[in-house]
Amino acid sequence: MSWFRRPTPEYITINPPQQRERIGRHVWHKCEGCGTVLRRKEWENNWKVCPVCGEHDRITADERIRLLIDENSLEETNANLVSSDPLKFTDTKSYPDRIAAARQKTGRNDAVITGRATIGGVPVSLAIMDFAFMGGSMGSVVGEKIARAMELAIAEDRVCITLAATGGARMQEATFSLMQLPKTCLLCKRMQDTGTPFISILTDPSTAGIMASFASLGDIIIAEPGAYVGFAGKRVIEATIRQTLPPDFQTSEFVQEHGFIDLVVKRSDMRDALITLLRQIRHMEALPPEEDAAAPTPEQS
Amino acid sequence: MTVQTFDFEKPILDLEKKVADARAKAEDGPPEAKQRLKRLERELEKTRVNIYANLKAWDRVLFARHPDRPRALDYIEAITTEFVELHGDRLFGDDKAVVCGTARFGGNPIVVVGQQKGRDTKENVTRNFGMMHPEGYRKALRVMRLAEKFRMPVLIFLDTPGAYPGLGAEERGQAEAIARNIQEMFNVKVPIICVVIGEGASGGALGVGLADRLLMMENAWYCVISPEGCAAILWRDGEENRPRAAEALKLTAADLMELKMIDEIVPEPLGGAHRFPQEAFEAVSRAVEKNLKELGAMEQSELMEARYAKYRQMGEFDEL
Ligand SMILES: [Zn+2]
Repeated sequence: MSWFRRPTPEYITINPPQQRERIGRHVWHKCEGCGTVLRRKEWENNWKVCPVCGEHDRITADERIRLLIDENSLEETNANLVSSDPLKFTDTKSYPDRIAAARQKTGRNDAVITGRATIGGVPVSLAIMDFAFMGGSMGSVVGEKIARAMELAIAEDRVCITLAATGGARMQEATFSLMQLPKTCLLCKRMQDTGTPFISILTDPSTAGIMASFASLGDIIIAEPGAYVGFAGKRVIEATIRQTLPPDFQTSEFVQEHGFIDLVVKRSDMRDALITLLRQIRHMEALPPEEDAAAPTPEQS
Repeated sequence: MTVQTFDFEKPILDLEKKVADARAKAEDGPPEAKQRLKRLERELEKTRVNIYANLKAWDRVLFARHPDRPRALDYIEAITTEFVELHGDRLFGDDKAVVCGTARFGGNPIVVVGQQKGRDTKENVTRNFGMMHPEGYRKALRVMRLAEKFRMPVLIFLDTPGAYPGLGAEERGQAEAIARNIQEMFNVKVPIICVVIGEGASGGALGVGLADRLLMMENAWYCVISPEGCAAILWRDGEENRPRAAEALKLTAADLMELKMIDEIVPEPLGGAHRFPQEAFEAVSRAVEKNLKELGAMEQSELMEARYAKYRQMGEFDEL
């Protein structure tokens, strides 16, 4: 059955263990959405989505790639780009120190992974942002890699897919960071001119500068349920207008309701949704999901 | 009317008082009094140059926000003629935080877009302190498309503390409006000149800020975030770290010129545009005239290729 007609499966709530105070984090996971204590293994096997309330927890860029693309189809590009600290920026820590710490933590040079891949057999050019790397902020390296991913899509007639997971600008690069907005928008215009399809996926969080540039310019914009999607920060807005915001304010569903998102798709359905769209866009025959031999599992080595 | 002044200007103000005092005494006074006046005048001039030539980044931020600083409409009135304001985005409303229209510059038709702060409290409320809503960005884009259709260059004045952070702004797609504008300004096939006259805060400025020539007034600032915002996030302690954040962000015209992020600095009279607006108007007019002439001499294809190249190369990184 297709992802867009699939009913919500019924789940059985897992009983929490007797001694709540001694929950081992490696065995149990307490859902941030509903508080249900879940077996960590089962939760992870469900791509960190709560089976009870549907809360989508953040996952890493590597997990994203495993979730979305055909097995082992990624050919990473431009992994060698690194920040050069053009402003010699230091706050409580120097920018190079922050970069080094983020590298240590993620094993990546910066906050986006780009490359060639296939999804349901359709060639794509990917740019997957990594929130774990300095909050997925966009500095020169992120902007350049996204621009190059878009250029690759144009040059090789691939569908460009970006996945946002970001709090916005890389403050330590100040105006260099800001100028990544026009750079990526320029490539969006080029994709428009050349008829290169562009799908933008929004995940939690997708805010500020990235939303004020390429992520809002997809031909098709898809978001995960409940993701924080918007331009200005919630606290800034509350301080400005001095009123309490509606509880669903700046969620994927809210933004979709106001006309700025095409689809809100559950994580477990995202790959199927992409395959459906990609094969339609590319005038390829439909691929029945049950024949999706490359369907990924979180447990993959 | 008294002009608001800042702490760093105190030595100048003290001397100005002394000079005024000495001048009164020098009139019909003994030769010593005349000499004293001359000496004080020289000292005042030296102090002015010393202080205003060595303004810290934070001092310039304060200047950029000075309530008496000329606003976009002041520049439009001073340096253009026949300004015809065009209203509305044809979708939702008419955002008063931005003024758009046709006018003449040096006799030639142009399109003007200006982020407009108020000149007093009442106007500031009407103008929403220069903070635009999505309908403002969409209005500006609509009028810039007219510029292309009518083959008129676009002159933009930037002066905003940011895009408006509000409920309606988010509902109507603030981020999308800015993104769309930036993308579509690559499609506006006439020369675009942008002058940062006060505050150039982040995406809120950039949403009408793509340009073939980006000019900045000497005491304007332009950055991805305000020094306050940066200090609050990176130092977790506002007030006292604002000057430090302003310095670190390299947000002044001189900084950005050195980093090759802007094309030209428009010099301001000593003491700032708010003290001698006429001189500021003349300086902006001269700079706009020069740049319009240069851009006007370019073929359309050449202009567009230069615009793409300018923004494609933005960024600093290494390749291992
Ligand atoms: Zn839950």
